[in-house]
Amino acid sequence: MSAGTRKKLMYLNRRAPYGTIYAVEGLEVVLVGAAFEQDVCMAFVGDGVYQLKAGQDTTGSDIKNFSPAYRALGDYDVTRLYVERESLEERGLSVDDLMPLVWEDEDDDWAEKSSIHVVDRAEMARLIDEHDVVFNF
Amino acid sequence: MPILHTVNKSPFEKDSLDACIAHALDGSAVLLIEDGVYAAAGGTAAESRVRDAMRRLSFYALASDWKARGFAEAELIDGIELVDYGGFVDLVTGHDGVQSWL
Repeated sequence: MSAGTRKKLMYLNRRAPYGTIYAVEGLEVVLVGAAFEQDVCMAFVGDGVYQLKAGQDTTGSDIKNFSPAYRALGDYDVTRLYVERESLEERGLSVDDLMPLVWEDEDDDWAEKSSIHVVDRAEMARLIDEHDVVFNF
Repeated sequence: MPILHTVNKSPFEKDSLDACIAHALDGSAVLLIEDGVYAAAGGTAAESRVRDAMRRLSFYALASDWKARGFAEAELIDGIELVDYGGFVDLVTGHDGVQSWL
């Protein structure tokens, strides 16, 4: 990408965390890509909202619990995680069921702010439309 | 003896659970594993389909997959039983066969 070009990138996540490799690979791409100082956000739609469910505990199986890695996003300046309200509701979930994810705002005396923004489906459609590039996982 | 059906896909992503319910004879057992366990959660858009099916089928969910996905026992639909790997084996040996709905 040429110098000075700053694109709006969205990573759109629609898969549950453990049944397929999409979620963990997608998160890895976000963390790697965050080093390139683009305008990055993440969106969680459909089963993708399950990625953010609090309390994931894989000690009883051989799966690696990668959910703590979402807490690193704020330090990589990925501070906007849009979660679709209808997708939560269809799954019996609310924002209280999700991991608390925060970032520190250096322009506001390092105040801790929530990265999670619950938006309705119409707003999600608008967000997808306004981004230059949408990566799907 | 009836057979054991397993479902390993999310009810919101694939129709595996619906296909299972549609083809499982009365008295059969359904074990939810991997992403299939999402169907065991109360308050979802799939709950009424599961509850209807529970009137003629026994439902189980694999505990390790349930916990891995961040759920507590209290979030289960009443009447669905959590089983560990040993319980999975008992279900397999206690039925005439296993049908996996992928």
